[in-house]
Amino acid sequence: MEFFAKGKIYDFMGKSIFLLTISALLVIASWGLLAMKGLTYGIDFSGGTLVQVKYEQHAPIAQIREQITQDKLFANALITEFGTPEEVVIRFASTTDNVGQDVGDRIRELLQGTGKFDIRKVDIVGPKVGSELREKGMMAAGLGILGILLYIAFRFEWRFSIAAIVALIHDVSITMGAIVLFDIEMSLDVLAAILSLMGYSINDTIIVFDRIREELTKSKKDNLLEIINYSVSKTISRTTLTSFTTFLVVATLFFFGGEIIHGFSFTLLIGIIVGTYSSIFIAATLLKWFGFDVESYKTKEALKEKNKIEKAKMRAMYEKGTV
Amino acid sequence: MSSGKLNYRLVIFFIAVIFGVGMSMPTFLQSEKGAKVSLGLDLQGGLHMLLGVKTEEAIQSKIKSIASSIKFFAQRGDIIIDDLRIAEEKITLTLLDKDEEKKLDAMLKEISGLLINKEALFYTLTLDEKEKVLIKEYAISQAVETIRNRLDQFGLAEPNVAKQGEDKILVELPGIKTAEDEQRARELIAKAAHLQLMAVDEKKQDRANNMSPNEAAQYGDVILNDAKSDTIRYILKEIPVLDGSMLSDAKVGFSDMQQPVINFTLNSEGAKIFGDFTANNIGNRLAIVLDNKVYSAPNIRERIGGGSGQISGGFSVKEAHDVAIALRSGALLAPVTLLEKRSVGPSLGADSIQASLIALISGFSLVVAFMMFYYRLAGFIANIALIVNLFLVLAVMAIFGATLTLPGMAGIVLTIGMAVDANVIINERIRELLREGLAVRQAVEKGYANAMSAIVDSNLTTLITSIILYVYGTGPVKGFAVSMSIGIMVSMLTAILGTHGIYEFLMPRIEKSRNVTLWFGIKGSK
Repeated sequence: MEFFAKGKIYDFMGKSIFLLTISALLVIASWGLLAMKGLTYGIDFSGGTLVQVKYEQHAPIAQIREQITQDKLFANALITEFGTPEEVVIRFASTTDNVGQDVGDRIRELLQGTGKFDIRKVDIVGPKVGSELREKGMMAAGLGILGILLYIAFRFEWRFSIAAIVALIHDVSITMGAIVLFDIEMSLDVLAAILSLMGYSINDTIIVFDRIREELTKSKKDNLLEIINYSVSKTISRTTLTSFTTFLVVATLFFFGGEIIHGFSFTLLIGIIVGTYSSIFIAATLLKWFGFDVESYKTKEALKEKNKIEKAKMRAMYEKGTV
Repeated sequence: MSSGKLNYRLVIFFIAVIFGVGMSMPTFLQSEKGAKVSLGLDLQGGLHMLLGVKTEEAIQSKIKSIASSIKFFAQRGDIIIDDLRIAEEKITLTLLDKDEEKKLDAMLKEISGLLINKEALFYTLTLDEKEKVLIKEYAISQAVETIRNRLDQFGLAEPNVAKQGEDKILVELPGIKTAEDEQRARELIAKAAHLQLMAVDEKKQDRANNMSPNEAAQYGDVILNDAKSDTIRYILKEIPVLDGSMLSDAKVGFSDMQQPVINFTLNSEGAKIFGDFTANNIGNRLAIVLDNKVYSAPNIRERIGGGSGQISGGFSVKEAHDVAIALRSGALLAPVTLLEKRSVGPSLGADSIQASLIALISGFSLVVAFMMFYYRLAGFIANIALIVNLFLVLAVMAIFGATLTLPGMAGIVLTIGMAVDANVIINERIRELLREGLAVRQAVEKGYANAMSAIVDSNLTTLITSIILYVYGTGPVKGFAVSMSIGIMVSMLTAILGTHGIYEFLMPRIEKSRNVTLWFGIKGSK
């Protein structure tokens, strides 16, 4: 069973302007969404309380709201359906620092009489903890990008590194645009998905870059466009198929994993699609646009090789005792 | 059966298989012995809390304690002092008998960390900074101890109480069944359980309901409410006779009228102080104060030398039980505050497990089906490696005592998709080489060699982000980072080394069959 048997060389570079324009538009649209609509932060980052309640029959949302708002503390409570009509989450910004009697207990009291219910979960995040988690989140994201940047610069040439990071920012931006568009709450789980996505999107990009590097050293070709087209075409089966297998499992997570990790699986789902697209169509073409020059790269690599051989010779002579 | 080479890769793979299946068995069978993977609170249900400690109150407590001691020893030693007062963080007193100055100074010097400031015979006593720091540190470690003791006695499985950072306490209590139980546990944790025996100021008691707290303070008194009714008030001498630090035991009992009460006994020092006080105060009342509420104020009819007493006051059996636990474990001198709480009920935990398992099984089935369909026998070999991979991940997690959380399950599901990636890369390379005309044996060897660099690079970058997630993530997210990292590293062993070993073993058979369609799923024959 094969999808890519023909070994056709596609002309990616020829369409590069078209592809880059589409990507740029998507990214700008995403940034626009982020700026205007903005992310909805979960209580992990904004602090607050979340109570998840399951009823035996359809949850009586109106009645719930009426009974809860009797207490002024919960005047701005947000009550939304969670996965099924029987389950709701009640969310509000206030917390208390009392251990023995907390706002979750208060809600439980206020809900008496709304029907037969089961308190599934209570999360209370105080303001200090919320801001700490925000900081940690940003640190993690920043370090992630830095780590990847350094690693690729180390394994490839610096332009590869920049191209990879631009592709990464492209992927994360569009994914976050989707998150805003579909009203996904920004929680710790979603952040974890974004970080995993960063690591994973780079995987695909590296597969392509690895092939380009191989072609640069091995083949006689000098034309960068040709090399890129050839490399990407040769690796398209790999990138598509590896993304496909991961896509399969993320899809099962999305459909069967339950409402709790819904934000997580949604983020990964979109991220994998966008990441694959960018690895094939965007990352390599950026190399050309950053002024990568085949000649100078080959010369540099040849120089590196020469130095290595020199060093090995010196060491051999030293060991023989002639120096 | 053509003889294949038993190569080192295959041997390592077999060892991995045995190890993986063996070490993951305890988790599957939930057996008594053997390392198991423990379930996170989001999967088994339970309470997770991060508590802060109000250490300033510990200092206030200590000051009160010191004042009590000074009062007792001054009386014992016949040193006449007047106006012993507590204000903010200092104690003030006036020595009336100048001849006793040396004796008083000697006694005060015994108290560690006390700064003595004298103006003629007027003493101002405060605590030095070093002592304050010590008290604060002690308050936190004592809080950890106390909470742990209380939860141990509460009777739930294996609570985890630990200091976090400099001034926070982490409490994890798995397996709580109802929201009411959870609240009871929290109340037990938060109970100050500060027992004080305080003298009623009989001369002013009739004005208790009319006096303001400030006025009372001027007399060296404090006004506290009755535990059962806010309208009944008592004026008590602010310096307690005794406090809970002198308790040696507290037990639930029943009063003459079959009401639940708490019977407490004092240690020898406490019994002495109690005996002396009761001997000197016959006819007056002694208030039994718990957490600044007066539970009873019985009349002292005779000297009580036995050092025991009773706290009664409308407790239910459960309440008395909890108060006794709290008293036995020691008072929480510094109150705890709630910084963060995550509590999951058992029904949600069970649902989460079910959802994850469904996702795992369906994800696994889809990937296995695809690999078989697309790569034929090469896919079958990859699938074997995948199964071993799953066992190994569980085994490694069990050995390291890792906790499986809901995102952790998601991580394992993700690993399924990523583990086969290595095989996809290798198989695609082999196919390419076969199409170029290479012999099967060379194609396989070269395929593995060429694919290595891409696989290592891509796995390493995913590992980098996993490690960052582990360092900066909390709780459930950490679980995700752990299972992802383990999954990736294990997949290098199974998907690369393991399958390579299998190919080497089967190579003679593959070469003989000359059927690339069967073995690698591509058209053409060789």
